[in-house]
Amino acid sequence: MSATSFQPIAARPAPTDSRSLPAWLRRNLFGDWKTAGSTIVLGALLLWFVPQFLNWSLLQAVWAPDLKACRAAEGVGACWGVVAEKFRLIIFGRYPFGEQWRPLVATALMLAMLVASCTRPLWKPWLAVLWVVVLAVFFVLMYGNTLGLTKVETDRWGGLPLTILLATLSILMAFPIALAVALGRRSDLPAIRVFCTLYVELIRGVPLISVLFMASFMFPLFMPQGLTIDVLIRVLVGMTLFAAAYLAEVIRGGLQAIPKGQIEAAATLGLSYWQIQRKIVLPQALAMVVPSIVNSFISIFKDTSLVSIVSLYDLTGALDMAINADANWKPFKLQGYLFIALIYFIFCFSMSRYSQWVEKQVNKSKGR
Amino acid sequence: MSRFTKQWLAAALAACGLMAAAPAMAGKTLDGIKSRGQLVCGVHTGLPGFSAADSNGKWGGLDVDVCRAVAAAVLGDPEKVKYVPLTAQQRFTALQSGEIDLLSRNTTLTLTRDASLGLHGTVVTYYDGQGFIVHKKSNIKNPKQFKNQTVCVQSGTTTEKNLTDYSKANNLNIKTVVFEKEEAATAAYFAGRCISYTTDASGLASIRNKGATTPADHVILSELVSKEPLGPMVRRGDDEWFAIVKWVIYGLIEAEEYDITQAAVDQLKTSSQDPVVKRILGTGEDTGKLLGLDKDWMARALKATGHYGEIFERNVGPKSALGLPRGINNQWNKGGLMYAIPIR
Amino acid sequence: MATRSPPSKSPWSWRSRAFRGLVYQLVAFAVIALVIWFLASNTLHNMRVRGIQSGFDFLSQSAGFSIGESLFAFDSAESYWRAFLVGIVNTLRVAVAGIFLATVLGTLVGVGRFSRNALVRGLCAAYVECFRNVPVLLHLLMWYLVLTEMLPSIQDAWKFGPFFLSKGGVNFPVPIWQAGQAWAAGGVVAGVVLAWLYRRWALKRFEATGIAASMFWAPVAIVIAAGLLGWLAGGAPTLVDSPVKGEFAVENGGALTPEFLALLIGLTTYTASFIAEVVRSGIASVPAGQSEAAAALGLDRGLDIRLVMMPQALRVVIPPMTNQYLNLTKNSSLAVAIGYPDVVSIANTAMNQTGRAVECIAIVMAVYLTLSLLTSAFMNWYNARVAIKER
Repeated sequence: MSATSFQPIAARPAPTDSRSLPAWLRRNLFGDWKTAGSTIVLGALLLWFVPQFLNWSLLQAVWAPDLKACRAAEGVGACWGVVAEKFRLIIFGRYPFGEQWRPLVATALMLAMLVASCTRPLWKPWLAVLWVVVLAVFFVLMYGNTLGLTKVETDRWGGLPLTILLATLSILMAFPIALAVALGRRSDLPAIRVFCTLYVELIRGVPLISVLFMASFMFPLFMPQGLTIDVLIRVLVGMTLFAAAYLAEVIRGGLQAIPKGQIEAAATLGLSYWQIQRKIVLPQALAMVVPSIVNSFISIFKDTSLVSIVSLYDLTGALDMAINADANWKPFKLQGYLFIALIYFIFCFSMSRYSQWVEKQVNKSKGR
Repeated sequence: MSRFTKQWLAAALAACGLMAAAPAMAGKTLDGIKSRGQLVCGVHTGLPGFSAADSNGKWGGLDVDVCRAVAAAVLGDPEKVKYVPLTAQQRFTALQSGEIDLLSRNTTLTLTRDASLGLHGTVVTYYDGQGFIVHKKSNIKNPKQFKNQTVCVQSGTTTEKNLTDYSKANNLNIKTVVFEKEEAATAAYFAGRCISYTTDASGLASIRNKGATTPADHVILSELVSKEPLGPMVRRGDDEWFAIVKWVIYGLIEAEEYDITQAAVDQLKTSSQDPVVKRILGTGEDTGKLLGLDKDWMARALKATGHYGEIFERNVGPKSALGLPRGINNQWNKGGLMYAIPIR
Repeated sequence: MATRSPPSKSPWSWRSRAFRGLVYQLVAFAVIALVIWFLASNTLHNMRVRGIQSGFDFLSQSAGFSIGESLFAFDSAESYWRAFLVGIVNTLRVAVAGIFLATVLGTLVGVGRFSRNALVRGLCAAYVECFRNVPVLLHLLMWYLVLTEMLPSIQDAWKFGPFFLSKGGVNFPVPIWQAGQAWAAGGVVAGVVLAWLYRRWALKRFEATGIAASMFWAPVAIVIAAGLLGWLAGGAPTLVDSPVKGEFAVENGGALTPEFLALLIGLTTYTASFIAEVVRSGIASVPAGQSEAAAALGLDRGLDIRLVMMPQALRVVIPPMTNQYLNLTKNSSLAVAIGYPDVVSIANTAMNQTGRAVECIAIVMAVYLTLSLLTSAFMNWYNARVAIKER
């Protein structure tokens, strides 16, 4: 055997730089000919479209509430002046002009409360108490008739405060119902199970708009004579019942994810049904479905726009009213729509980001 | 907050099924109005000239004035009215359910509404007909030219059915686009989706005035295709209340015949010797007692709104923004149809 | 020490679980019955007192109103139940078309989020975020506004060949039904049968010899060819009903109204953004290793997707997809806001003409419930087909 001398193989080339921006661009935009082709086509389209859009929406746009300038810029630039002109009407609806600080404060309070509820360290029992207080303050501020505030009937409430009120209140009131129904659907008692299943399936099978029609047009027929209930409350009840059915399914999903062994173990320890639910099942199940609950909140928030069809002036209804009542600004309705679309987007997008963040936290804790 | 909480409680109780007896006021509309100190009046959501709220939330218009006159007669104060803006679809349920005491919302009185909806039409306050509004540049002069055309219309109105009848009678094959909300229907017309929008002629004038960027670009066709007697409605089953509303309106009409204007009420009350005027103003026989009111009932109503002619002129007449001619809504002795059954 | 016997287990006790369960159920039953009784007796009482008529007898009366668009001819003299039928067909029309288009668009966007091209990824993500965070009603109103405001008036409709585009919608030519077309239809049917036979043969051959044959394009080609042959055999009828511009309207031909288009586009783009997320999570649920393994076995990308990725992803995708289909169907009820005569819109008109509010709402609810159940049943059947077959 002849001794072989050590022959080093040729050194491999240094790994390509995959961190720097040019390298990322090269790989992600011009990786192979297909990628490069689509980049060129899409890039060209974007280069053609984006400047035009920016030009229309920003550069050539009219920002001041100046009707003449808006008319002149029609077709060239957007007229955001319509928003400037009708801002108060869009945001607050027909709420008395001089009193609009009240919905402003009330809404700010409600939003602060919503943000607080999204913060995990604050998930304590007193948060529920605080919610009751905040809602009471909200109603006192909006309705008035006490503390030297003038009375403002509910039919003049409108705009963003109404949207937020409808979404928040219906999900809050839906929660206990949903909890009961979700537990009921998993109950051993056949009658209760059947009732809860029927409720969920019936409501989930019909569109919200028909529930709202029923609430606003037909509800009075169901009530004893002479008893009239404010249309806002009727709609709120309708939305709550609707939201509860969807929320119940979300919660049921969480309940199903709890291993049966845990429940059996708890029963062996002598805990009663309610103790098991309260101490073992619900804390885990609810923590697991927080992202889905937020998602339900998002869809209810979006669904509040439907109340404009039954003549409540929420954000969508208020915009319609503000612009339809004034023929001069009517041609610029699209800009109005885009403006409220942006408001809806900001709310929904930030909530969906939050829900994704929570989901990550939950997964992280599962991974441990 | 008190009424609000009460409603909450009521809703909660009702939901629990614990509600045994309801607040009894069903038959006695008048008692209900008196005890709450407010007349609840259903009006249009926004039809300038008939009922519309200004930017301060103050309501005005012909239909609103009827509410004010009734409130003045019943409660002594025309301001004691709560206006409930209603869409075409909501109006009848709102009245049926007792949510409102009086529906004064340019509503056509028809047999079906009287007989199968549980309502009573009172007195016609505006004789109208269904008309069409078209874009001036379309050069249409007559609705018979609508062959195979698209016409926008609001659902829940008599108009929808009239249009179909008209189309059929004249073999026009008109296509309809039906909208839930009037705003949506007129917006679609103004956008050019439909060749025409159809509703009561008075409504068209109002819509052209408030909705069109340049009202002159739109023409209201002179041909009317139906009779639309508009008037307030009340619930069935309370004849006293029906009588009050009916006679307040007749009073307003008759006052015009005898020229009892808003400004002259006080003076006529002391000076007039005409037995009819005296009856109306309560200085002669006590007509109010028969209706369950006091004797000044009509004087208060007239002081609040003026007689029918004044209401008409102020809200919809030739000098108002709408500029509608008096036409058939004039007094019977001036060639119109307004013929009040005498108060005596 | 006395032995203690175990406590006698009586089958029945006041404190037993079974008894408590029974009591709970009885209470629940009583409460619900009471609520229903309360509502029903109020309703009946109210209707009686106010002389409101009730009952479904109105369905056979003449409707008296016309409907703007319908797939089959509807005359105002026909009965209410025909009017409801028109509404239901209109709802189905927009729902079926919407479901199909939204699935295509949503799948494209969902797959696009895994593109190697960062631009495509970014655009798809932006699409999803922009469309799903805005209420669907706003989508519909905006599309309707764009279609009715921005397009030219009917008098100066844009013309693309035989197509017209204007505020009156899209007008397009439709072939006139002739005897020759029966041949074409027959050809298509024969093509479908042939394609099915071909597929069976190809599968058998693949299992026997391992030679793969085209399983998608070849059958499609067969169907098209057979249809063409049938059409030629029928004498190649080319008569079409083309739209022509009249004085005020575009007449003849087929037409899609702006209401239908706005509803279809709005529902499609909105639902597609949700379907894209469903598809994305489906694909993401298949571990990357599976793809790599497939590649290592020599499967190309197409086969990898068809045989490895799809069957696994579909299992995750189908239940949420069903929900999206149901949502689309239910959201089509927002047609009332833009004047499309769907079943809700017809019901509202009927409700106003006859005053039968309870009956009309009941019909609407029954229609949607049936649609929901049918969709669920179909998707459950499909789900069972693609579910893991455990042997």
